Amino acid sequence: MKNYLYSIILITIFLFIWEAGARFVDTSFILPAPAEIAMKIWELKAELLLHHLPITLAVIAIGLGISLVLGIILATSMNISKTLEQAIYPVLITSQTIPIIALAPIFVLWFGYSIWSKVIVTIIITFFPITVSTFDGFRSASKELKELFQTLGASKRQLFFKLEVPSALPSFFSGLKVAVPMSVIGSAIGEWLGAQAGLGYFSRRMMTQFNGAGVFAPIVVLSLIGILLFTSVVLLEKFILKWRRS
Amino acid sequence: MNGEQNKKLALQFKNVDFHYRNAAGEIPILKNMNLSVADGGFVSIIGASGSGKSTIFRLIVGLEERTGGSIYLNEKQVADRPGKVGYMPQQDLLMPWRTVLQNAALPLELQKENHLDRGTVQNLLEAFGLKGYEDKYPHELSGGMRQRVSFLRATLSGSNVLLLDEPFSALDAMTKLFMQEWLLEQWEQQQSTILFITHDISEALFLSDRIFVITETPFTTLKEIEVPLERPRRQHDLDKKEVAELKNNLLEQFRMRV
Ligand SMILES: Nc1ncnc2c1ncn2[C@@H]1O[C@H](COP(=O)(O)OP(=O)(O)OP(=O)(O)O)[C@@H](O)[C@H]1O
Ligand SMILES: [Mg+2]
Repeated sequence: MKNYLYSIILITIFLFIWEAGARFVDTSFILPAPAEIAMKIWELKAELLLHHLPITLAVIAIGLGISLVLGIILATSMNISKTLEQAIYPVLITSQTIPIIALAPIFVLWFGYSIWSKVIVTIIITFFPITVSTFDGFRSASKELKELFQTLGASKRQLFFKLEVPSALPSFFSGLKVAVPMSVIGSAIGEWLGAQAGLGYFSRRMMTQFNGAGVFAPIVVLSLIGILLFTSVVLLEKFILKWRRS
Repeated sequence: MNGEQNKKLALQFKNVDFHYRNAAGEIPILKNMNLSVADGGFVSIIGASGSGKSTIFRLIVGLEERTGGSIYLNEKQVADRPGKVGYMPQQDLLMPWRTVLQNAALPLELQKENHLDRGTVQNLLEAFGLKGYEDKYPHELSGGMRQRVSFLRATLSGSNVLLLDEPFSALDAMTKLFMQEWLLEQWEQQQSTILFITHDISEALFLSDRIFVITETPFTTLKEIEVPLERPRRQHDLDKKEVAELKNNLLEQFRMRV
């Protein structure tokens, strides 16, 4: 807890300045005060948490899940075959130059207001860090250790599972830590651009009603989800990479 | 050692050729090289940095392919050499995500024909002074201990031939002396054949029956020196007159080349 002391102080100072500034400006649809937002969250808690949150969580879970599977498959293929690497890597980079916001309406055309238009946005944003970091992780396996395995007569399979996978894990987790907050952003963008429910959708609806606190309330919830997910990944990483704890 | 003629050969090079290749062309290292090591012997290889010591080992374990000649292991020409010799590379190369026990037991996991069991590993851990450290990770060990784990792993490959590439070069002087005595003990107990690369002439003299000196690269034969010492040995045996002279000779040779 002590480690967070300074950031808690910093956030508190920031919130105070914001509160003061908001009261001074006094136009709540442009700049709602933190206290006002907190009250709004309390007021809307049932609607936010029971109706919109589960829908957004589903987008995040499905999007991240598919990104994980896709990322690991891509990274493994590129690791296995140089040809596949040369084929896939440039495509991978290109996929990240797509301006998603511009493209998202097309996903809505394809998938309607179903969950899949948001899931696709989430996947496009999150599979990249997972793929690249896992691939780099595979490649970080030391050449000398590979040779040692060879001298012990290890098969390709053994080399992969006993050397390359463990070598890739630290880097894989770094990628996952980047991807997790981005999945929250991805789901919000997806919903912002076309949905009938979800936290991103709700925020946008409040915008059209000039309800400043209503815009911020679901955003605060989203950001809490991000923090929670990130913390879970850190805990999982600590558990799996026990050997790094000194 | 007496009776060397009747002894089986653990390792033999017959007319072995080898060169590395780089952008500038071929870098010859071995030219028509011959070498034999008797079973149960302790042989050191010394030579300047870059003279090709590690290359000899890489040829034996099959990490490099010779361009000509043959290499025999226990008097048999082995086509598929990986897994047939215990190899301890220049760095200790422990996997940080595996405990001492898991690192040491790697050969048991990888080699189909390895029939050593966990019980043997446990006993050896004790003999190697690693008891109580089975579940520690490499970063929790001292340099000397890491070397012992690495050596244990080489031993567990189940081969009678062990190749040790500068195992003690990273250790401080005290630990090094201790590890040398310890290594001799292990060798005498296990009756294996050890090939030992080092830069340290005293170390080579203290440990070996014979010393191979690389005097030039590429090489055809290695200069062979018999160490005039009985076993068991003590560090102060190195102060004996003939050994001291030998050491000075060797030092002189290397000085000339620098
Ligand atoms: N993969 C390679 N490609 C090209 N040249 C190489 C390669 N590996 C080693 N060499 C060269 O071959 C020579 C012998 O290398 P080797 O590693 O056997 O030396 P060494 O005697 O073990 O040296 P050291 O005492 O520094 O470990 C060196 O000159 C080195 O530059
Ligand atoms: Mg070397």
